[in-house]
Amino acid sequence: MGMTISQKILAKKSGKEFVTPGEIILADVDLAFANDVTAPIAIKFIEELGVDLFNEDKVALIPDHFTPNKDIKSANQCKIMRDFVKKVNLDNYWETGEVGIEHALLPEQGYIKPGMLIVGADSHTCTHGALGAFACGMGSTDLGFAFATGKSWFRVPESIKFIYSGKRNRWVGGKDLILYTIGKIGVAGALYKSMEFTGDTISLLPVEDRLTMCNMAIEAGGKNGIIAADDIAFEYLRNHNVKDGDWDVLLSDEDAEYSDIIEIDTSNIEPQVAFPHLPENSKGLSEIKEDIKIDQAFIGSCTNGRISDLRVAAEVLKGKKVAKYVRLIIIPATVDIYKQALSEGLFDIFLSAGAAISTPTCGPCLGGYMGVLADNEVAISSSNRNFVGRMGSPKSFVYLANPAVVAASAIAGKIAGPDEVML
Amino acid sequence: MKLRGKVWIFGDNIDTDVIIPARYLNTSDESELAKHCMEDVDPEFTHKITKGDIIVAGYNFGSGSSREHAPIAIKASGISCVIAKSFARIFYRSSFNMGLPIFESEDAVNGIKEGDEIEVDADTGTIKNIISGAIYHSNPIPEFMQELIAAGGLFNYAKKIIKS
Repeated sequence: MGMTISQKILAKKSGKEFVTPGEIILADVDLAFANDVTAPIAIKFIEELGVDLFNEDKVALIPDHFTPNKDIKSANQCKIMRDFVKKVNLDNYWETGEVGIEHALLPEQGYIKPGMLIVGADSHTCTHGALGAFACGMGSTDLGFAFATGKSWFRVPESIKFIYSGKRNRWVGGKDLILYTIGKIGVAGALYKSMEFTGDTISLLPVEDRLTMCNMAIEAGGKNGIIAADDIAFEYLRNHNVKDGDWDVLLSDEDAEYSDIIEIDTSNIEPQVAFPHLPENSKGLSEIKEDIKIDQAFIGSCTNGRISDLRVAAEVLKGKKVAKYVRLIIIPATVDIYKQALSEGLFDIFLSAGAAISTPTCGPCLGGYMGVLADNEVAISSSNRNFVGRMGSPKSFVYLANPAVVAASAIAGKIAGPDEVML
Repeated sequence: MKLRGKVWIFGDNIDTDVIIPARYLNTSDESELAKHCMEDVDPEFTHKITKGDIIVAGYNFGSGSSREHAPIAIKASGISCVIAKSFARIFYRSSFNMGLPIFESEDAVNGIKEGDEIEVDADTGTIKNIISGAIYHSNPIPEFMQELIAAGGLFNYAKKIIKS
């Protein structure tokens, strides 16, 4: 019997010919990282052990959640990180002014390569599967163990194969494909499993959309999301600090075993909106009959804060104004994206429309700062979670959508599609 | 590694609030946590069990919060392992990380009754009902993981492999 890509990576990294779903393995990791929220516990783990990092080139610390420091507590968390970085002289650290959201920064800076085994103390670590790596989020203690030993244990997951075919409609991106998919299988539909995204539509999908899809594998309960590396991925890698051919391309075997195979015709998918309070509550724009007035619109996060997201938002916002009393907040996910958007003139469009632009941070996505919601407020967001209280008050409401729909909604003052505002 | 003990049966969706209620989370003292293990589903639980006993439960054992206190409370109470139809994902990871062995087997859970004496062989994943003689199968626990459990969890295991 054959293996899936996920099985192949786990087998290779644990020195085995074959691994079976359900089997527990100890594997060598190629990259282990944590952020300002999760790093302090992992740092404590290795400091109490009194050991060095297993390999400084394979560890990254990324203060992205509450930076620039939002309050005294977060400043202290960042200080623990920074003091440690200084002590061990760690290169893979980015200070405020250089830092971006970890899951946008790492692929952009060339840290992610096909065939790698990646662990991160952040649930959205699954993002990196978009480049053919096995990437999985875990706890701070687990990361402490990985920092100290270079190893992590895994239960080999079963895989679900998703086959997307058909044309992709106007304004439909990776976000819509994944929201539609989560709507179909539910928030526990891929519990503990690997979600392997395949098919003609995926083979034409740009890497940034693939990153968005894998990013939200966790929202269906998935252990990881993964897409086989192909020419589109290689082109992206070459353009993002990876030496040509410096990767290990593994493909699923023809006779690999899947716990389920789900076929999706993308020609029927329109831009999706996930209603409060679960990502599985997704509907097509045309299915929304009522007016849903909004107070805030957010474009950013590890899900949709990349340059293609800002470009599509600018396309919708060009020459338009944000509706009265609506706050539109736009946060480029990294400094490079920020610079690129600035040089392309996107900031002029955003500022003329009345948007607020912030330096890179996870901030509002998890109700941290830079756009926290009040009681009974409604937001539409390009981020990944709409749980109760996710973006602020437990009495607020979050709708998830792609950046074009968020931008259109900001203009309309209610949930709307781009075609409704771009006359 | 072989584990042998008397069985205590629980149902589906035993969550971390039941395993160790949040009101006791103001301590991480193991013996204190052990006193309140399973208190909200069976207040007499910790008085009834003897060291080595085994919890057998239904689907989704350990669902709810990510508190590592839950496997710690079970382990410290003297329970030697948990067998369930399935485990919640974070609990699954935390249990091994805290040194509590756990096994998944629908057949075993369906076939075993409260009060049965069972023996679990971690090397083979075999679960034997000493009373009825029935044999069930679960995933074996590989050698490194048995070492991790024997060391008392992830932290001590890290110490051990770094020294070697």
